[in-house]
Amino acid sequence: MRLDSRIIDAARAVADIPDGASVMVGGFGVPGTPFTLIRALVDHGARDLTIIKNDANESGMGIDLLLQSGQMARLITSHIGLNANMVAAMNESRVAVEFVPQGILAERIRTGGAGMAAFLSDIGIGTRMAEGKQRVTMPDGRSYLVEPALRADFALIHAAAADGFGNLRFAASARNFNPLMAMAARTTIAEAECVLPLGGLDPDDIHTPGPFVDRVVALPESLPEVYGVVKR
Amino acid sequence: MSSSDSPRERMLARAARDIRAGMVVNLGIGLPTQVLRHVPPALPVCLHAENGISGVGPVRAKGSEDRNLIDAGGAYVSTLPGAAFFDSAVSFAIVRSGRLDLTLLGAFEVAGNGDLANWMIPGSFTPGAGGAIELAQKARRVGVITTHTDKAGRPKIVASCSLPLTAPGCVDRIYTDLAVCDVTPDGLVLAELAAGVTTAEVVAKTGAPLILPAGEIPRF
Repeated sequence: MRLDSRIIDAARAVADIPDGASVMVGGFGVPGTPFTLIRALVDHGARDLTIIKNDANESGMGIDLLLQSGQMARLITSHIGLNANMVAAMNESRVAVEFVPQGILAERIRTGGAGMAAFLSDIGIGTRMAEGKQRVTMPDGRSYLVEPALRADFALIHAAAADGFGNLRFAASARNFNPLMAMAARTTIAEAECVLPLGGLDPDDIHTPGPFVDRVVALPESLPEVYGVVKR
Repeated sequence: MSSSDSPRERMLARAARDIRAGMVVNLGIGLPTQVLRHVPPALPVCLHAENGISGVGPVRAKGSEDRNLIDAGGAYVSTLPGAAFFDSAVSFAIVRSGRLDLTLLGAFEVAGNGDLANWMIPGSFTPGAGGAIELAQKARRVGVITTHTDKAGRPKIVASCSLPLTAPGCVDRIYTDLAVCDVTPDGLVLAELAAGVTTAEVVAKTGAPLILPAGEIPRF
């Protein structure tokens, strides 16, 4: 037996993302954002997308490009404060924005990736974040909110290193939502700064195991400038 | 940077004194992060960043940043020996499960009963709460750092918050440029006064009823 290879180029990797798809996008700020796959999705042109991402990047980069191109219809996120374009699009109702507390967003995605339906949490009780949510009273008499699992049609992931089977390693704070989203989509596409031969990653050092990853895109050795340190 | 003995720096220094050896601490963006200037470099403290770091170290100098290493406020930080990286679900497991000993947060309004509003001003500031709700609700101890009044001179400490809450009844202690106030079951207690500030001034600039302890009030 041997493990198969899932290496593909960026354009082909996103070519079957249809109009109306839900797409999880990794990253917290610049670290971990799959800029190359996002650019490929812009070029591909699928519209009416539901994007699930912790934040909205900053003006002119990352998922802001999907906003500018008119491809983003909905955004499920925790914070968009660094992107004035997104705040304006929300205020003008051009994009429907759903805010989720950051850790609840992460846990809903993890729950989806773990094949579960929902979890119970007391986060947000007593605030407007709890409005409209189903409540359950546990035997201890306490009331909890039902937080449904979050899954998506596709996940776009950025990894520091991968092998052809889709085993992934992340770097420093670029890990963030990437390993969670990699588990929670029907089709997971990972771009990687370094693609090693099978066996090139020590099994003990893998953050996301290959069975979660469907497609691997190798990034050029010289990364585009957008991956670099943000100049402010 | 303001001078080291300005009311603002004394407020930051006073908050820093409540960061104790062995704590796991999360500092909000803005004033809370500036508290670090007053934490002794040798004090053993584990800073948590909600984007997946325990053991955050000092901000790196321009030119030596690691493009993969930011804190939750976007600052290019370093890590201390013994630091760890983890995903966002693990990061908030640390917060919700009681491993976070202290968080220091900013405030738009904080009420005498410990209600905190710091994430939304309907109609003008609606960026989303990020991780603030979980930090405020689940840190074992929550401190708020704020000027005592806003730019228009209105109290930041109010009888009841008018803005959407981050979390109800979550605040334990409030540090301002005028005073330290503690949220207690009996109400808001004036615990300490800044140098040169009178009790009457604090009472006048506080929008919530303030309990004045008997005897001399400590100074900071």
